[in-house]
Amino acid sequence: MEQEKQKAALNLSLVMGDNALILGHRLSEWCGHGPILEQDIALSNIALDLIGQARLWLSHAGKLQGGKSEDDLAYHRDVFDFHNFQMVETPNGHWGKTLLRQFLYDAWHHAMLQKLVLAQDEDIAGIARKSLKEVNYHLRWSSEWVIRLGDGTEESAAKMQDAYADVWPYVGELLQKDFWLKELDQWIPGFTADEILAQWWKTVREVFSQANLPAEPMDWLYRKGHLGHHTEHLGFILAEMQFLPRAYPDATW
Amino acid sequence: METTALEHRFNQKIEREEKIEPKDWMPEDYRKNNIRQISQHAHSEIVGMLPEANWITRAPSLRRKVALLAKVQDEAGHGLYLYSAAETLGTDREEMIDDLHSGKAKYSSIFNYPTTTWADIGAIGWLVDGAAITNQVALCRTSYGPYARAMVKICKEESFHQRQGYEIMCAMAFGTPEQKAMAQDALNRWWWPSLMMFGPTDGDSVHSQKSMDWKIKRYSNDELRQEFVDKTVAQAEYLGLTIPDPDLTYNDETGHYSFGEIDWKEFYQVISGNGPCNKERIEARRKAHEDGAWVREAANAFAQKRANQQVA
Repeated sequence: MEQEKQKAALNLSLVMGDNALILGHRLSEWCGHGPILEQDIALSNIALDLIGQARLWLSHAGKLQGGKSEDDLAYHRDVFDFHNFQMVETPNGHWGKTLLRQFLYDAWHHAMLQKLVLAQDEDIAGIARKSLKEVNYHLRWSSEWVIRLGDGTEESAAKMQDAYADVWPYVGELLQKDFWLKELDQWIPGFTADEILAQWWKTVREVFSQANLPAEPMDWLYRKGHLGHHTEHLGFILAEMQFLPRAYPDATW
Repeated sequence: METTALEHRFNQKIEREEKIEPKDWMPEDYRKNNIRQISQHAHSEIVGMLPEANWITRAPSLRRKVALLAKVQDEAGHGLYLYSAAETLGTDREEMIDDLHSGKAKYSSIFNYPTTTWADIGAIGWLVDGAAITNQVALCRTSYGPYARAMVKICKEESFHQRQGYEIMCAMAFGTPEQKAMAQDALNRWWWPSLMMFGPTDGDSVHSQKSMDWKIKRYSNDELRQEFVDKTVAQAEYLGLTIPDPDLTYNDETGHYSFGEIDWKEFYQVISGNGPCNKERIEARRKAHEDGAWVREAANAFAQKRANQQVA
Protein backbone atom coordinates (compact mmCIF):
# COMPACT_ATOMS: atom_id res chain seq x y z
CA MET A 1 0.00 0.00 0.00
CA GLU A 2 2.72 2.40 1.04
CA GLN A 3 4.61 1.55 -2.13
CA GLU A 4 1.57 2.15 -4.31
CA LYS A 5 0.98 5.48 -2.67
CA GLN A 6 4.57 6.44 -3.33
CA LYS A 7 4.25 5.44 -6.95
CA ALA A 8 1.10 7.51 -7.32
CA ALA A 9 2.79 10.50 -5.67
CA LEU A 10 5.74 10.18 -8.02
CA ASN A 11 3.53 9.96 -11.07
CA LEU A 12 1.53 12.95 -9.97
CA SER A 13 4.64 15.02 -9.26
CA LEU A 14 6.09 14.20 -12.66
CA VAL A 15 2.88 15.01 -14.53
CA MET A 16 2.46 18.30 -12.68
CA GLY A 17 6.16 19.18 -12.78
CA ASP A 18 6.75 18.35 -16.43
CA ASN A 19 3.63 20.18 -17.55
CA ALA A 20 4.74 23.25 -15.62
CA LEU A 21 8.28 23.04 -16.94
CA ILE A 22 7.44 22.54 -20.60
CA LEU A 23 4.61 25.06 -20.67
CA GLY A 24 6.81 27.53 -18.78
CA HIS A 25 9.50 26.95 -21.42
CA ARG A 26 7.07 27.69 -24.23
CA LEU A 27 5.81 30.86 -22.54
CA SER A 28 9.34 32.04 -21.87
CA GLU A 29 9.91 32.01 -25.64
CA TRP A 30 7.60 35.03 -25.80
CA CYS A 31 9.73 37.10 -23.45
CA GLY A 32 10.74 40.27 -25.30
CA HIS A 33 8.38 39.56 -28.20
CA GLY A 34 4.90 40.17 -26.75
CA PRO A 35 2.28 42.34 -28.47
CA ILE A 36 2.48 45.06 -25.81
CA LEU A 37 4.86 45.64 -22.95
CA GLU A 38 2.33 45.08 -20.16
CA GLN A 39 1.28 41.71 -21.57
CA ASP A 40 4.88 40.69 -22.25
CA ILE A 41 5.41 41.19 -18.52
CA ALA A 42 2.21 39.33 -17.60
CA LEU A 43 3.08 36.29 -19.70
CA SER A 44 6.67 36.21 -18.44
CA ASN A 45 5.23 36.31 -14.96
CA ILE A 46 3.16 33.22 -15.63
CA ALA A 47 6.21 31.52 -17.14
CA LEU A 48 8.10 32.36 -13.96
CA ASP A 49 5.34 30.96 -11.77
CA LEU A 50 5.21 27.75 -13.77
CA ILE A 51 8.95 27.18 -13.77
CA GLY A 52 8.93 27.91 -10.04
CA GLN A 53 6.22 25.29 -9.56
CA ALA A 54 8.14 22.86 -11.77
CA ARG A 55 11.09 23.20 -9.39
CA LEU A 56 8.90 22.26 -6.43
CA TRP A 57 7.28 19.27 -8.12
CA LEU A 58 10.50 17.98 -9.64
CA SER A 59 12.40 18.38 -6.38
CA HIS A 60 9.70 16.34 -4.75
CA ALA A 61 9.77 13.73 -7.52
CA GLY A 62 13.56 13.60 -7.17
CA LYS A 63 13.27 13.00 -3.45
CA LEU A 64 10.88 10.12 -4.08
CA GLN A 65 13.38 8.68 -6.54
CA GLY A 66 16.10 8.46 -3.95
CA GLY A 67 17.65 11.91 -3.88
CA LYS A 68 17.76 13.22 -7.43
CA SER A 69 17.72 16.99 -7.86
CA GLU A 70 15.33 19.19 -9.83
CA ASP A 71 18.08 19.71 -12.40
CA ASP A 72 18.78 15.98 -12.68
CA LEU A 73 15.18 15.56 -13.73
CA ALA A 74 14.89 18.64 -15.93
CA TYR A 75 18.19 18.26 -17.73
CA HIS A 76 18.99 14.57 -17.77
CA ARG A 77 15.90 12.80 -18.97
CA ASP A 78 15.04 12.11 -22.57
CA VAL A 79 11.69 12.54 -24.32
CA PHE A 80 10.21 9.16 -23.37
CA ASP A 81 10.70 9.94 -19.67
CA PHE A 82 8.74 13.19 -19.72
CA HIS A 83 5.16 13.07 -18.41
CA ASN A 84 3.70 16.34 -19.70
CA PHE A 85 0.64 16.49 -21.90
CA GLN A 86 1.29 16.86 -25.60
CA MET A 87 -0.72 20.08 -25.64
CA VAL A 88 1.84 22.06 -23.65
CA GLU A 89 4.72 21.16 -25.96
CA THR A 90 2.99 22.37 -29.14
CA PRO A 91 4.53 25.50 -30.67
CA ASN A 92 3.24 28.87 -29.49
CA GLY A 93 1.75 30.02 -32.78
CA HIS A 94 0.26 33.49 -32.57
CA TRP A 95 -0.71 35.21 -29.31
CA GLY A 96 -4.27 33.90 -29.56
CA LYS A 97 -3.15 30.31 -29.84
CA THR A 98 -0.75 30.67 -26.94
CA LEU A 99 -3.54 32.15 -24.83
CA LEU A 100 -6.13 29.56 -25.80
CA ARG A 101 -3.72 26.74 -24.99
CA GLN A 102 -2.94 28.50 -21.73
CA PHE A 103 -6.59 28.83 -20.81
CA LEU A 104 -7.38 25.18 -21.52
CA TYR A 105 -4.44 24.11 -19.42
CA ASP A 106 -5.20 26.63 -16.66
CA ALA A 107 -8.76 25.32 -16.39
CA TRP A 108 -7.41 21.80 -15.83
CA HIS A 109 -4.56 22.94 -13.61
CA HIS A 110 -6.91 24.95 -11.44
CA ALA A 111 -9.41 22.12 -11.05
CA MET A 112 -6.58 19.72 -10.11
CA LEU A 113 -5.00 22.03 -7.56
CA GLN A 114 -8.31 22.73 -5.87
CA LYS A 115 -8.43 19.04 -5.04
CA LEU A 116 -4.74 18.46 -4.43
CA VAL A 117 -4.73 20.95 -1.59
CA LEU A 118 -6.82 18.36 0.28
CA ALA A 119 -4.13 15.68 0.03
CA GLN A 120 -3.02 14.18 3.31
CA ASP A 121 0.50 14.06 1.96
CA GLU A 122 1.75 17.36 3.30
CA ASP A 123 4.38 17.77 0.57
CA ILE A 124 1.78 17.48 -2.17
CA ALA A 125 -0.77 19.65 -0.38
CA GLY A 126 1.88 22.29 0.32
CA ILE A 127 3.00 22.57 -3.30
CA ALA A 128 -0.65 22.64 -4.39
CA ARG A 129 -1.48 25.42 -1.93
CA LYS A 130 1.33 27.60 -3.14
CA SER A 131 0.56 26.89 -6.78
CA LEU A 132 -3.16 27.46 -6.42
CA LYS A 133 -2.63 31.08 -5.38
CA GLU A 134 -0.73 31.68 -8.60
CA VAL A 135 -3.01 29.64 -10.84
CA ASN A 136 -6.09 31.53 -9.62
CA TYR A 137 -4.55 34.50 -11.35
CA HIS A 138 -3.40 32.55 -14.43
CA LEU A 139 -6.91 31.27 -15.04
CA ARG A 140 -8.49 34.67 -14.61
CA TRP A 141 -5.99 36.29 -16.95
CA SER A 142 -6.19 33.68 -19.71
CA SER A 143 -10.02 33.55 -19.46
CA GLU A 144 -10.20 37.29 -19.93
CA TRP A 145 -7.92 37.17 -22.95
CA VAL A 146 -9.78 34.32 -24.64
CA ILE A 147 -13.03 36.29 -24.25
CA ARG A 148 -11.44 39.54 -25.34
CA LEU A 149 -9.96 38.05 -28.52
CA GLY A 150 -12.96 35.85 -29.28
CA ASP A 151 -15.27 38.84 -28.98
CA GLY A 152 -12.91 41.58 -30.18
CA THR A 153 -12.65 42.30 -33.90
CA GLU A 154 -13.54 40.14 -36.89
CA GLU A 155 -9.88 39.45 -37.40
CA SER A 156 -9.31 38.37 -33.81
CA ALA A 157 -12.41 36.16 -33.86
CA ALA A 158 -11.11 34.43 -37.01
CA LYS A 159 -7.71 33.96 -35.42
CA MET A 160 -9.32 32.38 -32.37
CA GLN A 161 -11.20 29.96 -34.61
CA ASP A 162 -7.87 28.94 -36.14
CA ALA A 163 -6.36 28.60 -32.70
CA TYR A 164 -9.28 26.46 -31.63
CA ALA A 165 -8.79 24.15 -34.62
CA ASP A 166 -5.12 23.78 -33.66
CA VAL A 167 -5.46 23.28 -29.92
CA TRP A 168 -8.78 21.55 -29.37
CA PRO A 169 -7.63 18.14 -30.68
CA TYR A 170 -5.10 18.08 -27.84
CA VAL A 171 -7.50 18.50 -24.94
CA GLY A 172 -8.61 14.87 -25.04
CA GLU A 173 -5.51 13.97 -23.12
CA LEU A 174 -6.51 16.21 -20.23
CA LEU A 175 -9.86 14.47 -20.06
CA GLN A 176 -8.85 10.85 -19.91
CA LYS A 177 -9.54 9.15 -16.66
CA ASP A 178 -6.27 7.35 -16.84
CA PHE A 179 -4.75 5.14 -14.24
CA TRP A 180 -2.70 7.86 -12.60
CA LEU A 181 -5.72 10.08 -12.17
CA LYS A 182 -7.90 7.24 -10.92
CA GLU A 183 -5.27 6.31 -8.38
CA LEU A 184 -5.73 9.68 -6.83
CA ASP A 185 -9.39 8.88 -6.21
CA GLN A 186 -8.33 6.36 -3.61
CA TRP A 187 -5.59 8.38 -2.18
CA ILE A 188 -6.85 11.92 -1.74
CA PRO A 189 -10.05 12.38 0.28
CA GLY A 190 -12.72 14.05 -1.81
CA PHE A 191 -10.79 13.68 -5.05
CA THR A 192 -12.59 12.16 -7.97
CA ALA A 193 -11.42 12.27 -11.54
CA ASP A 194 -15.04 12.86 -12.58
CA GLU A 195 -15.19 16.06 -10.59
CA ILE A 196 -11.99 17.39 -12.15
CA LEU A 197 -13.39 16.82 -15.58
CA ALA A 198 -16.79 18.27 -14.73
CA GLN A 199 -15.11 21.37 -13.33
CA TRP A 200 -12.99 21.69 -16.47
CA TRP A 201 -16.03 21.52 -18.75
CA LYS A 202 -17.87 24.07 -16.63
CA THR A 203 -15.03 26.60 -16.80
CA VAL A 204 -14.47 26.04 -20.50
CA ARG A 205 -18.16 26.33 -21.42
CA GLU A 206 -18.54 29.54 -19.43
CA VAL A 207 -15.61 31.22 -21.11
CA PHE A 208 -16.22 29.81 -24.58
CA SER A 209 -19.83 30.98 -24.59
CA GLN A 210 -18.57 34.54 -24.18
CA ALA A 211 -15.75 34.03 -26.66
CA ASN A 212 -18.01 32.63 -29.38
CA LEU A 213 -16.16 29.33 -29.44
CA PRO A 214 -17.78 25.87 -29.44
CA ALA A 215 -17.05 23.57 -26.51
CA GLU A 216 -18.13 20.28 -27.97
CA PRO A 217 -16.68 16.89 -27.17
CA MET A 218 -15.03 15.29 -30.16
CA ASP A 219 -13.70 11.87 -30.97
CA TRP A 220 -10.55 12.52 -29.07
CA LEU A 221 -7.39 11.49 -30.68
CA TYR A 222 -5.81 9.38 -28.00
CA ARG A 223 -2.67 11.18 -26.94
CA LYS A 224 -0.32 9.81 -24.33
CA GLY A 225 2.18 12.49 -23.45
CA HIS A 226 1.74 11.70 -19.78
CA LEU A 227 2.95 8.15 -20.55
CA GLY A 228 5.99 9.39 -22.43
CA HIS A 229 4.55 9.32 -25.95
CA HIS A 230 5.20 12.78 -27.34
CA THR A 231 4.99 14.91 -30.45
CA GLU A 232 8.10 15.66 -32.46
CA HIS A 233 8.31 19.06 -30.80
CA LEU A 234 9.45 17.91 -27.37
CA GLY A 235 12.79 16.60 -28.62
CA PHE A 236 13.68 20.08 -29.88
CA ILE A 237 12.60 21.71 -26.65
CA LEU A 238 14.87 19.36 -24.72
CA ALA A 239 17.76 19.75 -27.17
CA GLU A 240 17.64 23.47 -26.51
CA MET A 241 16.91 23.35 -22.80
CA GLN A 242 19.44 20.65 -21.93
CA PHE A 243 22.29 21.75 -24.17
CA LEU A 244 24.68 23.15 -21.55
CA PRO A 245 24.49 20.45 -18.87
CA ARG A 246 24.80 17.80 -21.58
CA ALA A 247 27.70 19.47 -23.38
CA TYR A 248 29.63 20.13 -20.14
CA PRO A 249 28.76 17.22 -17.86
CA ASP A 250 31.44 18.11 -15.27
CA ALA A 251 30.42 21.74 -14.86
CA THR A 252 28.28 23.37 -12.23
CA TRP A 253 26.77 26.70 -13.10
CA MET B 1 4.85 86.12 -17.19
CA GLU B 2 7.44 86.83 -19.83
CA THR B 3 9.65 84.06 -21.09
CA THR B 4 12.75 85.62 -19.65
CA ALA B 5 11.16 85.79 -16.22
CA LEU B 6 9.99 82.20 -16.51
CA GLU B 7 13.40 81.14 -17.61
CA HIS B 8 14.97 82.96 -14.73
CA ARG B 9 12.71 81.16 -12.29
CA PHE B 10 13.50 77.84 -13.97
CA ASN B 11 17.22 78.45 -13.72
CA GLN B 12 16.90 79.38 -10.08
CA LYS B 13 15.12 76.12 -9.37
CA ILE B 14 17.90 74.18 -11.06
CA GLU B 15 20.40 76.22 -9.08
CA ARG B 16 18.67 75.40 -5.78
CA GLU B 17 18.59 71.68 -6.67
CA GLU B 18 14.79 71.67 -6.78
CA LYS B 19 13.24 69.11 -9.10
CA ILE B 20 11.46 70.26 -12.24
CA GLU B 21 8.00 68.71 -12.35
CA PRO B 22 5.76 68.00 -15.39
CA LYS B 23 3.53 71.04 -14.91
CA ASP B 24 6.38 73.49 -14.36
CA TRP B 25 7.40 75.80 -17.15
CA MET B 26 10.59 74.61 -18.84
CA PRO B 27 12.60 75.72 -21.86
CA GLU B 28 11.64 73.82 -25.00
CA ASP B 29 15.18 72.52 -25.34
CA TYR B 30 15.14 71.17 -21.81
CA ARG B 31 11.93 69.31 -22.62
CA LYS B 32 13.34 67.93 -25.87
CA ASN B 33 16.61 66.98 -24.29
CA ASN B 34 14.82 65.04 -21.56
CA ILE B 35 12.46 63.33 -24.01
CA ARG B 36 15.46 62.29 -26.09
CA GLN B 37 17.39 60.95 -23.13
CA ILE B 38 14.51 59.25 -21.31
CA SER B 39 13.05 57.62 -24.41
CA GLN B 40 16.51 56.48 -25.48
CA HIS B 41 16.90 54.98 -22.05
CA ALA B 42 13.48 53.28 -22.28
CA HIS B 43 14.35 51.86 -25.72
CA SER B 44 17.62 50.53 -24.34
CA GLU B 45 15.73 48.60 -21.68
CA ILE B 46 13.39 47.09 -24.24
CA VAL B 47 15.97 46.27 -26.89
CA GLY B 48 18.24 45.08 -24.10
CA MET B 49 15.74 42.35 -23.30
CA LEU B 50 16.55 40.62 -26.59
CA PRO B 51 20.18 39.52 -26.19
CA GLU B 52 19.45 38.20 -22.71
CA ALA B 53 16.14 36.57 -23.58
CA ASN B 54 18.17 34.70 -26.17
CA TRP B 55 19.44 32.46 -23.34
CA ILE B 56 16.33 31.93 -21.21
CA THR B 57 15.41 28.65 -22.88
CA ARG B 58 19.02 27.46 -22.61
CA ALA B 59 19.86 28.50 -19.04
CA PRO B 60 21.95 25.71 -17.49
CA SER B 61 19.90 25.18 -14.32
CA LEU B 62 16.35 25.93 -13.25
CA ARG B 63 17.61 28.37 -10.65
CA ARG B 64 19.53 30.33 -13.30
CA LYS B 65 16.57 30.14 -15.65
CA VAL B 66 14.19 31.69 -13.14
CA ALA B 67 16.70 34.40 -12.23
CA LEU B 68 17.30 35.30 -15.88
CA LEU B 69 13.63 35.35 -16.77
CA ALA B 70 12.91 37.57 -13.77
CA LYS B 71 15.74 39.84 -14.79
CA VAL B 72 14.55 40.28 -18.34
CA GLN B 73 11.08 40.90 -17.02
CA ASP B 74 12.52 43.62 -14.76
CA GLU B 75 13.98 45.29 -17.85
CA ALA B 76 10.51 45.37 -19.38
CA GLY B 77 9.26 47.00 -16.17
CA HIS B 78 12.04 49.61 -16.37
CA GLY B 79 11.02 50.32 -19.95
CA LEU B 80 7.47 50.91 -18.74
CA TYR B 81 8.44 53.39 -15.98
CA LEU B 82 10.67 55.24 -18.38
CA TYR B 83 8.11 55.50 -21.16
CA SER B 84 5.69 56.83 -18.54
CA ALA B 85 8.27 59.36 -17.34
CA ALA B 86 8.80 60.51 -20.92
CA GLU B 87 5.03 60.76 -21.46
CA THR B 88 4.85 63.37 -18.69
CA LEU B 89 6.75 65.62 -21.09
CA GLY B 90 3.99 65.48 -23.68
CA THR B 91 5.05 62.69 -26.00
CA ASP B 92 3.34 59.29 -26.16
CA ARG B 93 4.58 55.75 -26.14
CA GLU B 94 3.32 54.91 -29.62
CA GLU B 95 5.22 57.87 -31.06
CA MET B 96 8.41 56.93 -29.23
CA ILE B 97 8.13 53.33 -30.41
CA ASP B 98 7.64 54.49 -33.99
CA ASP B 99 10.83 56.53 -33.69
CA LEU B 100 12.68 53.47 -32.45
CA HIS B 101 11.46 51.35 -35.34
CA SER B 102 12.22 54.00 -37.94
CA GLY B 103 15.74 54.40 -36.60
CA LYS B 104 15.12 58.01 -35.60
CA ALA B 105 15.56 57.25 -31.90
CA LYS B 106 18.68 55.56 -30.62
CA TYR B 107 19.25 52.98 -27.92
CA SER B 108 22.38 51.89 -26.13
CA SER B 109 24.64 50.44 -28.80
CA ILE B 110 25.88 47.69 -26.45
CA PHE B 111 22.76 45.69 -27.28
CA ASN B 112 23.87 45.39 -30.87
CA TYR B 113 26.43 42.82 -29.81
CA PRO B 114 25.47 39.14 -29.85
CA THR B 115 25.17 36.79 -26.87
CA THR B 116 26.89 33.70 -28.16
CA THR B 117 27.59 31.71 -24.98
CA TRP B 118 26.08 31.43 -21.50
CA ALA B 119 29.05 33.39 -20.12
CA ASP B 120 27.69 36.42 -21.98
CA ILE B 121 24.76 36.42 -19.59
CA GLY B 122 27.23 36.69 -16.72
CA ALA B 123 29.29 39.33 -18.52
CA ILE B 124 26.25 41.44 -19.34
CA GLY B 125 25.12 41.41 -15.72
CA TRP B 126 28.58 42.18 -14.41
CA LEU B 127 29.86 44.68 -16.99
CA VAL B 128 26.88 46.09 -18.85
CA ASP B 129 24.68 46.43 -15.80
CA GLY B 130 27.74 47.58 -13.87
CA ALA B 131 28.33 50.37 -16.38
CA ALA B 132 24.63 51.18 -16.47
CA ILE B 133 24.50 51.51 -12.69
CA THR B 134 27.47 53.86 -12.69
CA ASN B 135 25.49 56.07 -15.06
CA GLN B 136 22.18 55.63 -13.34
CA VAL B 137 23.24 56.26 -9.76
CA ALA B 138 24.31 59.67 -11.04
CA LEU B 139 20.91 60.04 -12.71
CA CYS B 140 19.01 59.53 -9.45
CA ARG B 141 19.83 63.20 -8.83
CA THR B 142 18.91 64.39 -12.30
CA SER B 143 16.87 67.60 -12.35
CA TYR B 144 13.67 66.28 -13.93
CA GLY B 145 11.55 64.83 -11.10
CA PRO B 146 9.81 61.87 -12.79
CA TYR B 147 13.08 60.71 -14.36
CA ALA B 148 14.97 60.95 -11.07
CA ARG B 149 12.29 58.98 -9.23
CA ALA B 150 12.17 56.29 -11.92
CA MET B 151 15.95 55.98 -11.65
CA VAL B 152 15.87 55.41 -7.89
CA LYS B 153 13.57 52.44 -8.38
CA ILE B 154 15.53 51.10 -11.33
CA CYS B 155 18.90 51.37 -9.58
CA LYS B 156 17.79 49.09 -6.78
CA GLU B 157 16.92 46.35 -9.24
CA GLU B 158 19.98 46.92 -11.39
CA SER B 159 22.39 46.42 -8.54
CA PHE B 160 20.69 43.11 -7.83
CA HIS B 161 21.14 42.16 -11.49
CA GLN B 162 24.78 43.07 -11.36
CA ARG B 163 25.40 40.82 -8.36
CA GLN B 164 23.61 38.02 -10.18
CA GLY B 165 25.81 38.52 -13.24
CA TYR B 166 28.97 38.53 -11.18
CA GLU B 167 27.85 35.37 -9.44
CA ILE B 168 27.48 33.66 -12.83
CA MET B 169 31.02 34.80 -13.68
CA CYS B 170 32.29 33.43 -10.35
CA ALA B 171 30.70 30.03 -10.95
CA MET B 172 32.40 29.88 -14.33
CA ALA B 173 35.75 31.43 -13.48
CA PHE B 174 36.14 29.01 -10.56
CA GLY B 175 34.62 26.12 -12.49
CA THR B 176 36.10 23.76 -15.09
CA PRO B 177 38.84 24.94 -17.49
CA GLU B 178 36.23 25.10 -20.28
CA GLN B 179 34.00 27.31 -18.17
CA LYS B 180 36.88 29.61 -17.31
CA ALA B 181 37.81 29.87 -20.98
CA MET B 182 34.21 30.74 -21.79
CA ALA B 183 34.23 33.44 -19.10
CA GLN B 184 37.48 34.92 -20.42
CA ASP B 185 36.12 34.94 -23.95
CA ALA B 186 33.03 36.81 -22.79
CA LEU B 187 35.17 39.38 -20.95
CA ASN B 188 37.26 39.83 -24.08
CA ARG B 189 34.21 40.59 -26.16
CA TRP B 190 32.26 42.74 -23.68
CA TRP B 191 34.97 44.85 -22.08
CA TRP B 192 35.47 47.50 -24.76
CA PRO B 193 31.81 47.84 -25.72
CA SER B 194 31.08 48.32 -21.99
CA LEU B 195 33.52 51.23 -21.85
CA MET B 196 31.84 52.69 -24.92
CA MET B 197 28.53 52.72 -23.05
CA PHE B 198 29.53 55.97 -21.37
CA GLY B 199 29.50 57.72 -24.71
CA PRO B 200 32.10 59.79 -26.55
CA THR B 201 34.94 61.47 -24.70
CA ASP B 202 33.96 64.77 -23.13
CA GLY B 203 35.50 66.81 -25.93
CA ASP B 204 33.39 65.04 -28.57
CA SER B 205 30.08 64.73 -26.76
CA VAL B 206 27.39 66.71 -28.58
CA HIS B 207 24.76 66.85 -25.89
CA SER B 208 26.91 67.03 -22.81
CA GLN B 209 27.44 70.68 -21.92
CA LYS B 210 23.82 71.72 -22.04
CA SER B 211 22.80 68.61 -20.11
CA MET B 212 25.38 69.42 -17.46
CA ASP B 213 24.18 73.04 -17.13
CA TRP B 214 20.62 71.84 -16.63
CA LYS B 215 21.76 69.16 -14.23
CA ILE B 216 20.20 66.46 -16.36
CA LYS B 217 23.68 65.00 -16.31
CA ARG B 218 25.74 65.40 -13.15
CA TYR B 219 29.07 63.90 -14.22
CA SER B 220 30.84 63.83 -17.54
CA ASN B 221 31.16 60.71 -19.70
CA ASP B 222 34.86 60.41 -18.96
CA GLU B 223 34.42 60.81 -15.21
CA LEU B 224 31.87 58.01 -15.12
CA ARG B 225 33.93 55.77 -17.39
CA GLN B 226 36.92 56.20 -15.08
CA GLU B 227 34.84 55.35 -12.04
CA PHE B 228 33.64 52.17 -13.75
CA VAL B 229 37.14 51.07 -14.72
CA ASP B 230 38.44 51.74 -11.22
CA LYS B 231 35.87 49.58 -9.55
CA THR B 232 35.84 46.77 -12.13
CA VAL B 233 39.55 45.95 -12.40
CA ALA B 234 39.72 44.41 -8.93
CA GLN B 235 36.62 42.36 -9.65
CA ALA B 236 38.29 40.87 -12.72
CA GLU B 237 41.44 40.16 -10.71
CA TYR B 238 39.43 38.30 -8.11
CA LEU B 239 38.01 36.11 -10.86
CA GLY B 240 41.51 35.42 -12.20
CA LEU B 241 40.47 36.83 -15.58
CA THR B 242 42.50 39.20 -17.73
CA ILE B 243 41.08 42.49 -18.94
CA PRO B 244 41.88 42.69 -22.66
CA ASP B 245 43.84 45.93 -22.48
CA PRO B 246 47.67 45.78 -22.50
CA ASP B 247 47.82 49.46 -21.54
CA LEU B 248 45.83 49.09 -18.35
CA THR B 249 48.01 50.30 -15.45
CA TYR B 250 47.41 51.65 -11.99
CA ASN B 251 48.59 55.18 -11.54
CA ASP B 252 49.84 55.71 -7.98
CA GLU B 253 49.74 59.47 -8.23
CA THR B 254 46.15 59.85 -9.39
CA GLY B 255 44.84 56.76 -7.63
CA HIS B 256 43.13 55.75 -10.88
CA TYR B 257 43.70 53.17 -13.58
CA SER B 258 44.77 54.51 -16.90
CA PHE B 259 43.58 52.50 -19.85
CA GLY B 260 44.12 52.15 -23.58
CA GLU B 261 42.47 54.04 -26.38
CA ILE B 262 38.88 53.09 -27.15
CA ASP B 263 38.22 52.17 -30.77
CA TRP B 264 35.92 55.09 -31.55
CA LYS B 265 35.59 54.02 -35.14
CA GLU B 266 33.83 50.88 -33.94
CA PHE B 267 31.66 52.94 -31.59
CA TYR B 268 30.44 55.24 -34.36
CA GLN B 269 29.96 52.36 -36.77
CA VAL B 270 27.75 50.49 -34.32
CA ILE B 271 25.79 53.64 -33.46
CA SER B 272 25.17 54.37 -37.11
CA GLY B 273 23.67 50.94 -37.70
CA ASN B 274 26.61 48.78 -38.71
CA GLY B 275 27.03 46.75 -35.53
CA PRO B 276 26.78 42.97 -35.55
CA CYS B 277 23.08 42.82 -34.55
CA ASN B 278 21.52 46.23 -35.24
CA LYS B 279 19.32 44.90 -37.98
CA GLU B 280 18.15 41.83 -36.03
CA ARG B 281 17.34 43.85 -32.93
CA ILE B 282 15.17 46.40 -34.67
CA GLU B 283 13.54 43.76 -36.79
CA ALA B 284 12.67 41.70 -33.73
CA ARG B 285 11.07 44.76 -32.09
CA ARG B 286 9.22 45.74 -35.23
CA LYS B 287 7.96 42.21 -35.76
CA ALA B 288 6.69 41.97 -32.18
CA HIS B 289 4.88 45.27 -32.63
CA GLU B 290 3.39 44.42 -36.03
CA ASP B 291 2.42 40.87 -35.08
CA GLY B 292 0.77 42.28 -31.98
CA ALA B 293 -1.31 44.90 -33.82
CA TRP B 294 -4.39 42.67 -34.12
CA VAL B 295 -4.18 41.87 -30.39
CA ARG B 296 -4.11 45.54 -29.42
CA GLU B 297 -6.92 46.33 -31.82
CA ALA B 298 -9.04 43.49 -30.46
CA ALA B 299 -8.43 44.60 -26.88
CA ASN B 300 -9.53 48.15 -27.75
CA ALA B 301 -12.58 46.98 -29.68
CA PHE B 302 -13.60 44.72 -26.82
CA ALA B 303 -13.16 47.46 -24.22
CA GLN B 304 -15.27 49.75 -26.40
CA LYS B 305 -18.01 47.13 -26.72
CA ARG B 306 -18.13 46.62 -22.98
CA ALA B 307 -18.22 50.36 -22.35
CA ASN B 308 -21.13 50.72 -24.80
CA GLN B 309 -22.99 47.90 -23.07
CA GLN B 310 -22.65 49.69 -19.76
CA VAL B 311 -23.99 52.92 -21.17
CA ALA B 312 -26.90 51.09 -22.82
